[in-house]
Amino acid sequence: MYSKGVVMVEKELRVSKIKDGTVIDHITAGYALAVLRIIGLTGREGNIISILMNVPSQKLGRKDIVKVENRELREDEVHKIALIAPNATINIIRSYEVVEKNKVKLPKVIKGVIKCANSTCITNGGEPVQPTFIVENVEPLRLRCHYCKRIMTREDVIDQF
Amino acid sequence: MPSLRGRDMISITDFTQEEIEYILDKTDEIRKLSIERSDLLKGKVMAILFFEPSTRTRISFETAMKRLGGETVDMSEPKRASIEKGENLTDTVRVIDNYVDVIVIRHPLEGSARLAAEIAENPVINGGSGAEEHPTQALLDLYTIRREKERINGLTIAFVGDLKYSRTVHSLSVALANYNVKLYFISPPILKMRREILEYVSNKVSVEEVNDLNDVVEEVDVLYVTRIQKERFSDISDYMKVKGSYKITLDHVKKMREDAIIMHPLPRVDEIDYAVDQTPQAKYFKQVYYGLLVRMSLLALILGAVE
Ligand SMILES: [Zn+2]
Repeated sequence: MYSKGVVMVEKELRVSKIKDGTVIDHITAGYALAVLRIIGLTGREGNIISILMNVPSQKLGRKDIVKVENRELREDEVHKIALIAPNATINIIRSYEVVEKNKVKLPKVIKGVIKCANSTCITNGGEPVQPTFIVENVEPLRLRCHYCKRIMTREDVIDQF
Repeated sequence: MPSLRGRDMISITDFTQEEIEYILDKTDEIRKLSIERSDLLKGKVMAILFFEPSTRTRISFETAMKRLGGETVDMSEPKRASIEKGENLTDTVRVIDNYVDVIVIRHPLEGSARLAAEIAENPVINGGSGAEEHPTQALLDLYTIRREKERINGLTIAFVGDLKYSRTVHSLSVALANYNVKLYFISPPILKMRREILEYVSNKVSVEEVNDLNDVVEEVDVLYVTRIQKERFSDISDYMKVKGSYKITLDHVKKMREDAIIMHPLPRVDEIDYAVDQTPQAKYFKQVYYGLLVRMSLLALILGAVE
């Protein structure tokens, strides 16, 4: 019953064919799988997951889309997505309706979401402390560890997922 | 000038230029107390919490406290005490914080002093954390330059040796970036100044990376020497190649300006020839004395005995 064409699938996403769940749209092309890893979904949970990669997009040229059924994203998961896909939008769907549509947005400070890439940072030393980063720049991504003051880039972040 | 009472000293960058100058001014005033001994900090207790050995820094802090009439408790071997029992830094600091008025911490991990300062209610002084920061060393280096050269602005300062791993060099060059100075960084290619510090510093002052000390030795006002450690080289022949070229000898000193000074954070191994010790330019042992004064002044300010 579903169309095979990419463009058609995109249309279906807009009319939200899934009953309950989340559609993550406008993911930086090529990063859909990293987004799934961030959310911690392996595909073995049983949820229906649709992954579209390198879909034509007016805004981004190309983009990825991830559709997860029966799963709503928590706020801390959304922040994590923003670290690798700054333009992503999150659509929460209940009973076929988009009940919430949010653009991911990096907070000024990121706490406890990612680890410091510096192995000699105190936050990697087994202390009960949340890794904390100051967002100095969004594009290109530049995070400064509050503790060791080292700079992390998007590559450092992606390496963790 | 806002009071420095209760302030932590974690990074030199946490302090404004005005505050740094203020600490140095107070250091001039406190000099006479280092001879007379004083009761300025009577009744105050300082904890020394060193998770990696450094006898020199520890003794400098300890003496500073005692010269001002204060007392110290030493936990300098936590490796053998609490750490092996599995206690972390967080809990150790939380416990010690109950006993004392100020904590001096030295720890191999970067950011450790900042974490300790967030946990402790009492002020925390960073006595060296990882390869990153050694703020009291930077202060005493600034003070040495100011005392010996009677100014900092307008000077040409060259750093020689291991600029990649020397936290002394990192903290001091960041502090110097607030002045009107010219900096030379002289090192073997694999021990070049860390990029983020180079970026920060070169945005503020004139900086040049140089391979050969002989190219600039005649024009420097301050020559800051650090040790090149064998362990930093994966290939020992690379080490042997660069070893001699960064050693300061009488030949260098002869080329230097008469009023130039040579500094070194100590301990020295063989990067400054012993013959240089007798020259008027050699200030590295005086630097140790200035370090005592700076730490006295810092403790007096942080503990509110001096405003
Ligand atoms: Zn860090």
